[in-house]
Amino acid sequence: MIRVQNLVKTFGDFTAVKDISFDVGQGEIFAFLGPNGAGKTTTIKMLTTLLRPTSGTIQLDGLDPTIKTKEARQRFGIVFQDPSLDAEQTAYENMDLHGVLYHVPRKLRAERIELLLKTFELWERKDSYVKTFSGGMKRRLEIARGFLHTPAILFLDEPTLGLDPQSRNQLWTHVKRLNETEKTTVFLTTHYMDEADRVAHRIAIMDHGSIVAVGTSAELKQQTGTDSLEAAFLALTGSSLRDESANSADAMRQVAKMWRR
Amino acid sequence: MGAIYILWLRELKRYVRSRVQIVVSLGQPCLYLLALGFGFGPVFKQAGHGSYLQFMAPGVVGMTVLFSSVFSGIAMLWDRQFGFLKETLVAPVSRLQIMIGRTLGGATVAIIQGVLILLICLLAGFRPESWTAIPFAFLFVILIAVVFAALGTGIGSVLQDMQGFQLVMNFLVLPIFFLSGALYPLSNLPTAMAVIVRIDPLTYGVDGLRGALVHTWQFSAMLDISVLAAIACVFLGGGAYLFSKIEV
Repeated sequence: MIRVQNLVKTFGDFTAVKDISFDVGQGEIFAFLGPNGAGKTTTIKMLTTLLRPTSGTIQLDGLDPTIKTKEARQRFGIVFQDPSLDAEQTAYENMDLHGVLYHVPRKLRAERIELLLKTFELWERKDSYVKTFSGGMKRRLEIARGFLHTPAILFLDEPTLGLDPQSRNQLWTHVKRLNETEKTTVFLTTHYMDEADRVAHRIAIMDHGSIVAVGTSAELKQQTGTDSLEAAFLALTGSSLRDESANSADAMRQVAKMWRR
Repeated sequence: MGAIYILWLRELKRYVRSRVQIVVSLGQPCLYLLALGFGFGPVFKQAGHGSYLQFMAPGVVGMTVLFSSVFSGIAMLWDRQFGFLKETLVAPVSRLQIMIGRTLGGATVAIIQGVLILLICLLAGFRPESWTAIPFAFLFVILIAVVFAALGTGIGSVLQDMQGFQLVMNFLVLPIFFLSGALYPLSNLPTAMAVIVRIDPLTYGVDGLRGALVHTWQFSAMLDISVLAAIACVFLGGGAYLFSKIEV
């Protein structure tokens, strides 16, 4: 479903992604783990047409997203690391807008929206503005929205960041169920090892722009001779801290928080 | 078409729902209208130009449309920072459609604002030469709105944060307004000023509005319409190009 070969991305003289290759099968849940700044988000951005690879090839459902951009976009859904909802519109309007942008016919759109909002337990709040939602509800809405156009692949970039254990747990339950009922391939990144352990069929660990290990959770533990995924992760990536510089978007969010927008 | 419509509708919904913003954005032109309109009235009359309110009301309408349309483009800054822009940029829709939807939405909001302020002008005592002039003036409102909404989209595509917003406000939007002849007649200006004024696109919009409403032309209807239409094409093209270059 996803085939990546020798993918490289450089920014100036910094290489964010160094020659990575991997395959994700149809209907698989594939987790990408790695410390901050490992290149996970850059990889997702290249897979989802937001960044052009410096070199290497990508195939999504047999399509090269750098050439058949629109067709590829129609086939995947994405939940970004940062929220991407329109807070000034209702949950239903956010879903509807997405459906229109992804060319979902009107009747099907209404059915899918109802089904997904009910699945993610948001149907009662469909006419509330998104700005009144809690963090967990916003995330659920974004994931529901990602499934709306029945994508072949759903990308989830740290979807559970900042959520309480209840929300995280519930969220993954829904994602797993939809992965089973709709056969959607799921590609996710997370910092929570327990989530990857529980949800993912296979896991890739990335560090400093390279993939250092791929396999099932059991294989990774066996490979490193450890008894938990977290220990395996630390064994593979070391325990030094990674710094990420803040960008202007983070600064803005700070301001926005102050003004409660 | 669906994408253009839904994004246009979104801009309208946002406008209608933010009542505070409507009041705030109408407050400033009202202040100009009342404080300057009545404040400068006597001086203007002594200079032999007749009623200042009659003179400046079309200028204030132009100003309202200018501010409102540029801001709608810059509001993209919020969408960028709060992520909604990304949602539209990864959709299987061309950037051009997204840009057109947003720009038309912003222009429509600006047109509504312009009409509202025209009504306020009428309440304040402004009287057009003839009521049939209103549809003609409306044409100029539309042209101004499209020109500056496209400019706003272009600027919004380039700006990264709120500091840039101040910069645009002080060094672009306010000069466009003050140098447009919205507040003073363009005859007998010093040469340098006369040249600058003629570079300002809003000058032609204000002239058109004033010509249509109170029959005082600096240029001619034909010239105003052609200049505005040409600039609209240039700005739409430029805005579309800059929008297509956005990286998230």
